[in-house]
Amino acid sequence: MENKQNSTFSRRSFLKTSALASGGMLIGFNLFNACKSEVKLPIDLSKLNYNDFNAYIKISPEGKVTIFSPNPEIGQGVKTSMPMLIAEELDVLWEDVFVVQGKLDTKNYNRQIAGGSGSIRASWKPLRETGATAKQMLINAAAAKWGVPASECSAKAGVITNANGDKLGYGDVVLEAATLEVPENVTLKDPKDFTIIGKGKLNVDVDKIITGKPLFGLDYKEEGMLYASIIRPPAFGQILESFDATQAKALPGVVDVITIGTKIRDYENSGKQNWTLVTSNSDKVVVIAKTTWDAFKGIKAIKTTWKEDSQLESTEDHDKVLFDLLDGDKFETRRSDGDVKKAFSEADKVIERTYEAPFLPHNTLEPMNFFAHVTNEKVRLIGNMQTPAAAAKMVSEVLERPIEEVSAEITRMGGGFGRRLYNDFVMEAAEIADAIRKPIKMVSSREADMTTGVYRPCVKYRFTASIKNGKLTGYHLKGAGVNASIPTPMANYFPAGAIENYQVDAATYKSNITTGAWRAPVTHFLASAEQSFFNVLAEELQIDHVQLYLDLLENLKDVNDKRMKFDPKRMEDVIKLVVDKSHWGKTKPDVYQGFSAYFSHNTHVAEVAEIVLENGLPVVKKVTCAIDCGIVVNPLGAMNQAKGGVIDGVGHAMYADFSIKNGKPQSNNFNTYQLIRMAQTPKVDVHFVQNNIAPTGLGEPTLPPVGGAIANAIYQATGARLTKQPYMANLGITEELKV
Amino acid sequence: MPTFNLKINNQNHSVEVDEDTPLLWVLRDHLNLLGTKYGCGIGQCGACTVHIDGVATRSCLLQVQFAKDVEITTIEGLSEKGEHPVQIAWKEIDVPQCGYCQAGQIMTVSAFLNKNPKPNTSEIRNAMNGNICRCASYNSIEEAVKVAADKLNH
Repeated sequence: MENKQNSTFSRRSFLKTSALASGGMLIGFNLFNACKSEVKLPIDLSKLNYNDFNAYIKISPEGKVTIFSPNPEIGQGVKTSMPMLIAEELDVLWEDVFVVQGKLDTKNYNRQIAGGSGSIRASWKPLRETGATAKQMLINAAAAKWGVPASECSAKAGVITNANGDKLGYGDVVLEAATLEVPENVTLKDPKDFTIIGKGKLNVDVDKIITGKPLFGLDYKEEGMLYASIIRPPAFGQILESFDATQAKALPGVVDVITIGTKIRDYENSGKQNWTLVTSNSDKVVVIAKTTWDAFKGIKAIKTTWKEDSQLESTEDHDKVLFDLLDGDKFETRRSDGDVKKAFSEADKVIERTYEAPFLPHNTLEPMNFFAHVTNEKVRLIGNMQTPAAAAKMVSEVLERPIEEVSAEITRMGGGFGRRLYNDFVMEAAEIADAIRKPIKMVSSREADMTTGVYRPCVKYRFTASIKNGKLTGYHLKGAGVNASIPTPMANYFPAGAIENYQVDAATYKSNITTGAWRAPVTHFLASAEQSFFNVLAEELQIDHVQLYLDLLENLKDVNDKRMKFDPKRMEDVIKLVVDKSHWGKTKPDVYQGFSAYFSHNTHVAEVAEIVLENGLPVVKKVTCAIDCGIVVNPLGAMNQAKGGVIDGVGHAMYADFSIKNGKPQSNNFNTYQLIRMAQTPKVDVHFVQNNIAPTGLGEPTLPPVGGAIANAIYQATGARLTKQPYMANLGITEELKV
Repeated sequence: MPTFNLKINNQNHSVEVDEDTPLLWVLRDHLNLLGTKYGCGIGQCGACTVHIDGVATRSCLLQVQFAKDVEITTIEGLSEKGEHPVQIAWKEIDVPQCGYCQAGQIMTVSAFLNKNPKPNTSEIRNAMNGNICRCASYNSIEEAVKVAADKLNH
């Protein structure tokens, strides 16, 4: 019955639905399954003729609503907040809504990516239009049933009412609605009429999480599934020479030992590129086993020998090469206003500081893992992916299978932070599954996860500024990074335009160490460095750091420059809010404050960190954070993102260190790599600016400013200017791991 | 391969595994109890925390041969329907972000509050220091432990 109805709907309406900005909408219906909690993975959506439409919404005849959340959920809360946008305009009770993770569908969904704090920003209008369109179709269906004009009917909380006071539930008219023309111009609600957006809604998976239901990639299982674990080169620059698997193969739990790598190399050698493929060019040894533990044991029983394929690099090499780049002239200029050299030569004083940050692993708490099953008919990919479309495309190209044969389903992820943008682990699982033709789950141990990562690049930033007659006259930022560079948009951030002579230059050293995006790419350290430097400048100018920032913003208020993406007035407002809420400059004698503000991934953020000294060591006690992200879609989720981002930023700025020696990462688990723990955690006090501006994201924005705020507070307390992260290691102190 | 009889969540289970297999993998791969998570395998992150005779224990370090003749409780057995005061508090405060570490956090808290029903802030912060939350939901965890303690004391 469903198929028949759906295909009728399809032929009549598909072209029109595709014309919607979101790619369209579908009201489907499902008598039995719409309200049932999905306990088994994968979610079987095949009954919906899903690929024929854009399935965001299902409504059952009982009026229960299923909303498909298109984007990957990595802990940033979009599985709750994106359906809230649809439900608001569809006008249903949130309690009647059941949310299901949509699988990869490039035909009907746009931008199925978790990254760049972009999900809410990009979907704000399209998802609301999707809900509003469905609502109008339901109203039109009820009006037709009653024989009255649709304009005389209204809908609220899942019930349509006409001028006579007659009522019909959405479920009563869903079958008729699905056959109607799709209205083209729907009216969206005025924000003052919102009943769901702006109201705190619990994480839609909270019940499953607190009761331990299988949700995550690592929890996904199938009948007959085998486990695989991989030996990758222990050092960057090495490739596999030989291995002996005799002992491993004798273990009762080990099914087979194979190698992979040729297909990925052939793909790369053919000149094809996929930005999400960041991996070693070596062959890799794979243990196929009955259980995860059998696979881990098998790996330990294999003897491998490795040979040098390219240079084995060390952190000290990187330090030298990056300083050489900063001292040299191999830069690409990202922006140049006026003449910084002239400003410096004519200045009363020139100030220069260099700031340094190490590589960082992502350390998602759920280690890399992935399910793949390859048969002659199809290629099934199931698991954690921040970029499922890119993953499916790459697998289709590497395995030389038509894209139509590749399906990709997204599970809830035990953290992303950028690591799952890269599909090396998807490709590995697919290559293994292609070789053994059985369903497999590839599982990395924590050690493998941490030592074969896609790291936050290590970088150094050198700031030079000139002062003449008590004013900033020149400002020059040079950046040098391992596989990293300052992108042009960031060269146009504050204080670009506020200082007459201004220049940003970037230089890159190409390394064989795999690097990539890490929560709040580039800005996660650039903001720290910049606002630490501004604190130095404020001291030189003998004014308050906050005042210096506000004075420079004043210079930008009348600037009409398309390159400037932030709003000086909104920045000023968050700064004033944080000053007020943190009681800036009015704390107790033994509490030291530091300020920082940053236009973070399209959201305006200002923060004040407070530290005290305990046994002479700085301890971050509190961070006050003011945010303007426009309309706050889900205040509960927003608060979680804001606080989590701040504490994540505190932890990495204070403690996280990751060095490389002769190509080999020097930390491989949480005993040698320090992540922030509860006893080190400050209280985070978050304040949102209230306005009706279209929302921007929150997954990244609160992280970048906090490092600078801490460094500036530590300077107040100790007189030490910290320029190198992690700060605790730079104090010459090794804090004992408190476990 | 030896057979082990395990009592988990008040049910008896029999598994045939190597004696050095960590309880974590017996739970996950042999018994389909997937709420207990793998995070580090060396007892550093707490994602695999279960109760052994009521004591919070890292199942990644506990070999199955030492899990005989004890009462094992996993997140699935903490309560019938997620109504343990700690679980209710976790929901009230909306603690989880990605959610991966939370079963371990909840198991640590529930054992801790049994021993210390009225903890102060510093006791809570120390008790929870062995459980990593990579999303850094620590402020919410701290608050939820206090809410759970209130519930247990009323």
